[in-house]
Amino acid sequence: MTLHAAPRFLDAGEAALVVQFGETVDPAINDRVLALDAALRGDPPVGTREFVPTYRSLMIHYDPLRIDRAALIAIVKRMLEGLAEWRGEGTIWTLPCCYDPPLGEDTDEAADILGLTRDEVIRLHTEAACRVYMCGFSPGQTYLGGIPEPLKISRRATPRHPHQAGAVLIGGGLCTIAPFVMPTGWYAIGRTPERLYAADRSDAFLLQAGDLVRFEPIDLAAFRHLEQRAIGGEMIARKRAA
Amino acid sequence: MTAATEAILRLRSAGPGATLQDGGRHGYLRFGVTAAGPMDALAHATANLAVGNPVDATAIEVSVGGIEVTAESGSLNVAIAGGEFELSLNGRPLPPAVVLTLEEGAVLKIRAGAGGSWCYLAVAGRFAVPKVLGSHATHTRTGFGGVKGRALAVGDRLGIESSASSQLSISAIVAPSLDRPVDTIRVVLGPQHDFFADDQIAAFLAGPWTVSGRSDRMAYFLDGPRLTHARGFNIVSDGIAMGAIQVPGDGRPIVLMADRQSTGGYPKIGTIIGPDLGRLAQARPGTVFKFAEVSIEQAVAARREVAALLARGVVIEPVVRTHLSSEFLLGLNLIDGVVGG
Repeated sequence: MTLHAAPRFLDAGEAALVVQFGETVDPAINDRVLALDAALRGDPPVGTREFVPTYRSLMIHYDPLRIDRAALIAIVKRMLEGLAEWRGEGTIWTLPCCYDPPLGEDTDEAADILGLTRDEVIRLHTEAACRVYMCGFSPGQTYLGGIPEPLKISRRATPRHPHQAGAVLIGGGLCTIAPFVMPTGWYAIGRTPERLYAADRSDAFLLQAGDLVRFEPIDLAAFRHLEQRAIGGEMIARKRAA
Repeated sequence: MTAATEAILRLRSAGPGATLQDGGRHGYLRFGVTAAGPMDALAHATANLAVGNPVDATAIEVSVGGIEVTAESGSLNVAIAGGEFELSLNGRPLPPAVVLTLEEGAVLKIRAGAGGSWCYLAVAGRFAVPKVLGSHATHTRTGFGGVKGRALAVGDRLGIESSASSQLSISAIVAPSLDRPVDTIRVVLGPQHDFFADDQIAAFLAGPWTVSGRSDRMAYFLDGPRLTHARGFNIVSDGIAMGAIQVPGDGRPIVLMADRQSTGGYPKIGTIIGPDLGRLAQARPGTVFKFAEVSIEQAVAARREVAALLARGVVIEPVVRTHLSSEFLLGLNLIDGVVGG
């Protein structure tokens, strides 16, 4: 087992504890977050309510009248000592994505800024194996890393008008898939017909932190066809176990 | 108790921002699902307890936009608490926190009064409305919960599986705990207070802060001194607890409330303690206050007091024996003392 720096324990009020493993987007840091998350979910201490994994920390929501902060930290420290490396047991997904206008709203703009052609943007994006670091911001919204260097684009200085549901966006060196219409500071380079959140599906949330995603380019006609099937309740993304 | 009966609560009018809220949609933050739930959990719980419901039962959260409701196909036992709203039954004034039986066809009106931003209308029984991920809590930005994911609107007819067992005389809820000053709001520093120099922490605590008109269920914006960051204002996103106070690049703090997102990327200088969230939530735009730093132990002690208060239950007094304001008594005189039990 590798030795790791001790995490920091930060208070987010008296009912949430942040276990912070680092301050950067880094697969090794995220591995630690996911390993602790898995351990806590497997054996949740009495009085804990929810565990929220992010890129570099785990937020533990707890009831301080049922477990006090010191006791919770002691349990977490004990768990960390016995923690196995997180081995990336996530699912590998192939997710169809249409980059064509009008769905790839900002593809040309992003290509211009990056000094690439549209086709190069699409090729680089579809060649990447993107790690799901976390979910957040809106239901089923997923944040992915693994974006190749030439695709790393800064966020916009000011947000643009709302993107469409299912938008695939890049920004700040990362990628996100956004199931809900929201204004954004990122660049919408494509759109997936898959529903990352579907209340009528047995797994309402498609992607989990730790999964890997590969985007598969599809044209507009294929998008429309798959979108209908997705609305009909079918799962469009394809998976294989890691 | 008699068997559950179906009655309808119909919205005769609804201002913006009236929503169904239960204790919140918990367990899905890890998937980006906001918990929502009441802005003032103590007032929400008080209204529920007053009609014999569990503290986290579904109730209508009423904003300063107000609502007007009536009962159809039966009567309903209801309780209203939170803020200093103006309530009336068939045009007759009521105390601001009250339990009563809403007879079939009777009209209950709730509108903004002297103060407060949120008021709760609890109904004895259950709302026959579909749940989303196990909860009725409405989150309008994502269309989760409530009635089709939206705020309540005129004409909505909410089925109630009533658990009312008997007729209630109009009684005031004695809840001095809901009468909370907002001059000082207690915070625990962190999780990112180390992004600010000591003088900025001092400026943050001292304020004074004014609740901005931009505030809503998602966030309360604060006007006051501009805070500066010592270590930049972009952090790699992490979790957000209710009451987190984030400071974006412009140095103007934003308190993240019930409809907040699950994660975010600005440094959070402090977090309002649970027992003070409802107090701040009730503050109207223009309200001036300062922050006071407390320890985790002090915050937990304050939380324990609230829990003990709720465990004691809710005291109600028939209206005739309640000490009432002269304005209210004048209202009673004008309508010939019909109200009473």
